[in-house]
Amino acid sequence: MPLIKDRRVVDDAWTHVAADAAALPAGDIIVPLAVWKSRKEELSARNGGLGLKLEPGEHPGEIVDDLPRFSVIALNFPNFRDGRAYSYARLLRERYGFKGEIRAVGDVGRDQMFFMARCGINAFEVKAGKSIEDALAALSDFSVTYQNAADTPLPFFRR
Amino acid sequence: MYRYNDLDATIVRERVAQFRGQVQRRLTGELSEDEFRPLRLMNGLYLQLHAYMLRVAIPYGLLSSRQLRTLAHIAEKYDRGYGHFTTRQNIQYNWPKLVDVPDILAELADVEMHAIQTSGNCIRNISSDHFAGVIADEIEDPRPYAEIMRQWSTFHPEFSYLPRKFKIAFSGAVNDRAAVAFHDIGFRTVKNDRGEVGFAVYVGGGMGRTPMIGKLVREFVEKKHLLTYTEAIMRVYNEFGRRDHLFKSRIKILVHELGLEEFRRLVEDEWAYTKDSALVLTDAEIARVAAFFTPHLYEKITEPVAAFEQAKAENKAFAAWIAHNTHAHKAPGYRIVSVSLKKTGIAPGDVTDAQMRAIADLADAYSFGEIRATHEQNLVLADVRQADLLELWKKLDGQGLASANIGTLQDIICCPGLDYCSLANARSIPIAMEIAEHFDRMDYLYDLGELKIKMSGCINACGHHHVGHIGILGVDKKGEEFYQITLGGSAADDAAIGQIIGPAFSRDAIIPALERLLGYYVATREEGERFLDTLRRVGIKPFKEHVYATH
Repeated sequence: MPLIKDRRVVDDAWTHVAADAAALPAGDIIVPLAVWKSRKEELSARNGGLGLKLEPGEHPGEIVDDLPRFSVIALNFPNFRDGRAYSYARLLRERYGFKGEIRAVGDVGRDQMFFMARCGINAFEVKAGKSIEDALAALSDFSVTYQNAADTPLPFFRR
Repeated sequence: MYRYNDLDATIVRERVAQFRGQVQRRLTGELSEDEFRPLRLMNGLYLQLHAYMLRVAIPYGLLSSRQLRTLAHIAEKYDRGYGHFTTRQNIQYNWPKLVDVPDILAELADVEMHAIQTSGNCIRNISSDHFAGVIADEIEDPRPYAEIMRQWSTFHPEFSYLPRKFKIAFSGAVNDRAAVAFHDIGFRTVKNDRGEVGFAVYVGGGMGRTPMIGKLVREFVEKKHLLTYTEAIMRVYNEFGRRDHLFKSRIKILVHELGLEEFRRLVEDEWAYTKDSALVLTDAEIARVAAFFTPHLYEKITEPVAAFEQAKAENKAFAAWIAHNTHAHKAPGYRIVSVSLKKTGIAPGDVTDAQMRAIADLADAYSFGEIRATHEQNLVLADVRQADLLELWKKLDGQGLASANIGTLQDIICCPGLDYCSLANARSIPIAMEIAEHFDRMDYLYDLGELKIKMSGCINACGHHHVGHIGILGVDKKGEEFYQITLGGSAADDAAIGQIIGPAFSRDAIIPALERLLGYYVATREEGERFLDTLRRVGIKPFKEHVYATH
C-alpha cells in the first residue's frame, strides 16, 4: 500500500499486526500496545523492525522508557474528529524526543494532514478511496503559521 | 484597532483557497455531506432548516466602518438584505448559497475578516468587553490579549479537533461585561499585591444542557504566560476531555468530574513542562499588539457641555435615550452610545444592509470609524462627543435604531429558534417580538428598571436563558411549543444560573405569566430595587406562587 512519508509517496514495508494475531509475521511489523505489553520478550528477540500502534487513550507517557525499541509509532485516528493523537504526536517529538517515524493511521484525510504534520507526524496511511497525490498537495495548504509546534520550534513572534 | 500584517493576510487568503477547494469537492460529489460537514463547520457554515447559515467572526466584537460596509454588501449581494448579530459578538447570514460562500470569504478577506473557527470543535472567536478601552473602571484594555489569543488559536495544529467547542472571553475591567464566568476559559484582568497586571483564570463555565459557573483555577497568571498557561489547559482538555458523549464533552464536565483540585493539579503539572517554552510572550510582542489599541486622540473637553445639557432639558425623548442608551466615557465630554437592535417588530439582533451602511457612516462622522458588537446583540459607537449626541440620535432615529430600551425588558437576547435552526424545539424570535410589543409602554419599562430577559428555543441555550433575570426556554410537548420560565440568572459579576419555576406555559399563557411576575415585583420591591434584587431578597417561592395562582 502506498504511504506518504517525508512528503513523498513511497511503498510501505510495514505490516500491521492485529491484537489477536497468533503468530508474528516476518519483516517489519507494527503491533498494538496490548501485544507489546504481553509479548515483549518475543518481540524483542525477533529480527525485523518494530513499530507500536497507540489508540486514543493510550498515552505515550506510559511507554516513554520503551521508546528506543521502536522505529515507528503509529497513532490511530479511529475517527478524524478524535484529536487526542495530535497531542500525543507533539509530546513524542517535543517532550520525549522520539526521532523515528510517527505515522497517522485510520481515518486519515487530506484536510487534517497539514495539522498532523505540524504536530510531528511524518508518515500518513491515507484512507482508502482518496487520492494520495491530492493528500500530498494538502500538506502545503498553508505557507505560514502562528504557533510553535513539532515542525517549528518558535512561534511567529520569536522567529 | 488591529490591522493585518502579511502573515495574517496570507493565512486568511490561503484559507479561502483551501475552503474553495473543499466546496468544489463537495459540489462534484468527491466529498460526501458527512465528510464535508466537519470541514464546513470549521468555517462557520451550518446547514439549517431551510438553508446554509454562515457565521462571520468579529474578533472581540470590534469592527471598522469599512468592515461593516462589507458586511452590508454581503447581506445585499449574497443574502436577503440583512444580517443577524449573535450573542458571541459575531454576525450570521441566514440564506447564503453554498456555491457563493468562497466568494463571500474572499470579500471578507479583502477587509481583514474571516469565518475561521466560528463553529466546530475548536477554539472559537475570542470575545471581550464591548466597552473595552473607553470605560472608566478598566484595569487594562483586554483587546491586545484577545488579539494575541486569536492569532495563537487560529489553525492551532494540536487543538483543532477538541472534544467539543471551546469559548474564551476576556474582561479588562472591574465590572465584568464579557460574561467570563460562562466561558470555557474566562480571563479577568487583575492586579496582584505587587501591583502587576495579569489574569485571574476561570475554567469550565458554560450554558447548554448543564449550565455551570466557571471556577477559579488560578488567581494570577502573568501576561507573558497567557499562552503557556492556556496551552496547558488546552492539552489537559484535549487529552482527558470526554469524547464518548456529545453532552458531556465540554471542559465544564471534565472540571466537574475530576474536581477542581485534581483538574488544577493536572494543569499545573502540564504547565511545569511548558512554562519556560518559546511560547512565553515577549515584551516586544505584547507591545506590538497593544500599539494597535492605543486610545483615540480625544479632544480636551470641559464638562458640562452646555448644548448637550440644554438638549436633554428640552427634549424628553432625547433625554430618555441618553439615560438608557449611553454610558459614561473615561474621556470628559464623550459618551459611549449603544445602538439598539431591539426595535419592536424586528427580530433581536437583526440589521438591514441599509442600516449597516448608515451605522458605518455615523461611526465615521462621530466615533473614529469604529463599531463594536455586544454579546447582548446590540452595537456600540464608543467615542461620541457629547456635543454630537443630538445629531447622532436624530440620525439613528431616522434609521429605526434609536429605541431607548437598552437594559430594559425589551432588550431581549434571543436565539434564532425554530424559524431557522434545525435543533430548536420552539420558535423564539416571534415570542421575543410579542413580548417586546406587549410591553411597549416606555414609562412602564423604565419603571421596571434593569431587567434581562433571555430566551432560547432549545436546551442548547444559545439565547443564554440560564443567565436571564427572567429566562425563557422553548420546549416541545407532544408537538406543541411550550415555554419554561427560569428566574434569578445573571451573567454579570453576581453570576448565577436561573432556576426553573415550574411547569411550562403554552404560547398564549407566556405573556400573562410575565405580567403576573412583573406585577408581583412592582408590588413587592423596595425603593430603587432591581427585579433581580427583589427576587434574591424574597426568594423564588412567592414569585412562583403568584405566577401559578389560580384565580
